[in-house]
Amino acid sequence: MDKTGKKWKLSSFESFAWRNAKLLWIILTVFLLMLPFVFRNPYFLTVVAKIGCYIILGLGLNLLTGYTGLVSLGHAGFVAIGAYTASLLSVKAGCPFFPSMLAGMLAAALIGALMGLPTLRVTGTYLSIITLGFGEIVKMVLMNWQSVTNGTLGVKNIPKPQIFGWKLTTANHGMYFLILFMIVLISLFCRSLMRSKTGRALRAIREDEMASTMMGIPVTAYKILAFVLSAVICALGGALYASLIGYIDPNTFNFDVSTLILSIVILGGMGTLRGIYVGAIVLIAFPELSRSLMKYRFVLYGAILVLMMRFRPSGILGWRSSLPYRLSGNVKKKLRKEADA
Amino acid sequence: MLLQQIFNGLALGMGYALIAVGYSLVFGILRLVNFSHGSVYAFGAEIAMVFIVSMRLGIIPGILLSMLFTGILGILIDKAALEPLRKKGSPPIASLITTIGISNIVTNLLIIFLGSEKRNFPNFFGHSGIHLLGGTVSMTQIMMCVISVILMLILVFIVFRTKIGLAMRASQQNAKAARMMGIDVNFVIRFTFFLAGVSAALAGVLIAGYYEIVYPNMGFMAGLKAFSAAVLGGIGSLPGAILGGLIIGNAESMAVMFLGSTYRDSVAFIILILVLILRPNGLFGRKGITKV
Repeated sequence: MDKTGKKWKLSSFESFAWRNAKLLWIILTVFLLMLPFVFRNPYFLTVVAKIGCYIILGLGLNLLTGYTGLVSLGHAGFVAIGAYTASLLSVKAGCPFFPSMLAGMLAAALIGALMGLPTLRVTGTYLSIITLGFGEIVKMVLMNWQSVTNGTLGVKNIPKPQIFGWKLTTANHGMYFLILFMIVLISLFCRSLMRSKTGRALRAIREDEMASTMMGIPVTAYKILAFVLSAVICALGGALYASLIGYIDPNTFNFDVSTLILSIVILGGMGTLRGIYVGAIVLIAFPELSRSLMKYRFVLYGAILVLMMRFRPSGILGWRSSLPYRLSGNVKKKLRKEADA
Repeated sequence: MLLQQIFNGLALGMGYALIAVGYSLVFGILRLVNFSHGSVYAFGAEIAMVFIVSMRLGIIPGILLSMLFTGILGILIDKAALEPLRKKGSPPIASLITTIGISNIVTNLLIIFLGSEKRNFPNFFGHSGIHLLGGTVSMTQIMMCVISVILMLILVFIVFRTKIGLAMRASQQNAKAARMMGIDVNFVIRFTFFLAGVSAALAGVLIAGYYEIVYPNMGFMAGLKAFSAAVLGGIGSLPGAILGGLIIGNAESMAVMFLGSTYRDSVAFIILILVLILRPNGLFGRKGITKV
């Protein structure tokens, strides 16, 4: 029961977590660090790594859809750009993993900026359609540009990342920790982005574009920025995914992947970080529970989209935070100075 | 050769136009891009296949039944998923995501119950053709155009000459005012979904008959191309949808001729993106897209 007495709420967890923050953080950290050593089943670990990749993709789309309110239906395109650039560089040019991953992110950033340009002219549904067309065009380029991408045959034997000669694989848990590290990094990035001026501008654009323009926010620049950041994160996820699976072809990144990423963001809660983790875990792990569920997987994703929009558009974990709003250090210093003066 | 491709493009374009009409009708009233329309189209073709091949009901009854069932599917989609959202006053993006979800559900249920493989669809009109100006027009192409034109005329008649059509146009202009005049807007919307379903089913049967192939995922590409057609013509406008369909159909067959068949699917997207960036209202569109 809640203090207000009416109904037990999911958000009461939040204040509980807030009170016991230190303890919970320690438990979570230990759990995540111990996970690969406790559960030694390789299949289980592969699924966990896959969930990790989708968390990264979800975080990327969340920046665009959750925070800025632009729904993209072609994010598989950015994932594909990241995955293909990184894999081709390492397979064909023998480039190490991390530089090729950065190259993939750079390529996605350029194309993301290009994709952001239509936001100058179209909004809402039309933008979603353009992104969808973009996803399909990326797929077609991958299929038809055979001299570079191998066409429908795909790229095989993608090497695993190496750090100082140490190969990171699923078996020696290197891949797990790399993905975990990336998730932590990206989550911290998203968190601090959202608490910055940029983050507030993005949320203002989501709530009311007209009002944001009136307040002097350069709406178009911020939208393009959101596109670029989101594309970069998804490209990173794509590069990791390609290296994890070891084989990609143009159909790895079809429209179903775009819907899956969108389902993750919507199920968990648009514009939250906690929601993305839960969304990815539920949607990726659930079909793995049994083969018969696998068959109904896409029906399930569809049903999730429909039911969530109908009954809880904010997502499972998407509630308005009741915690006190935390001001950044700079603002506090400024306020203190003003109070002194 | 060029002429031949134009004939092919015209026949295909009429099929796209029929699907595009569905997008336009629904968009006109709800300002919503109905993403499930492609899957509805595939449903029409698949269920026609069930009626005609598996149940041996004959061609004409089979097609009519499939049109009826697909129309009912359209009503169901609106009743089950979109009407509650309208009542709640959800933001437009919620309806869009809902229709994506429905498209997923319909397509994958088709895959589960009928299998994902491509199956042969009967060709109704035979392979005989007429030589015309150096090209060959097959009977299938002629019949595709004729049947599509007949359905288009019926649609135009319904929208512009009947009482329900008047109600549709009224709801398009101003749903609130229409409701005050005693029009049951929800009924009008359901009827619109029915019409969209019927024309999608017919398009499904015609295009499946043209390629002599049917599979559950056929709606994805065709739906996108028809959507491009609707946007090109000016979404919400009936003649625009028809013209847009013809242009997209022809652009596609030209692309096959000049660029090779691997590029046939990308042309529609390129046109779509260009139209959205350069002239978002399309050829016949009224004001539509809000600019900031």
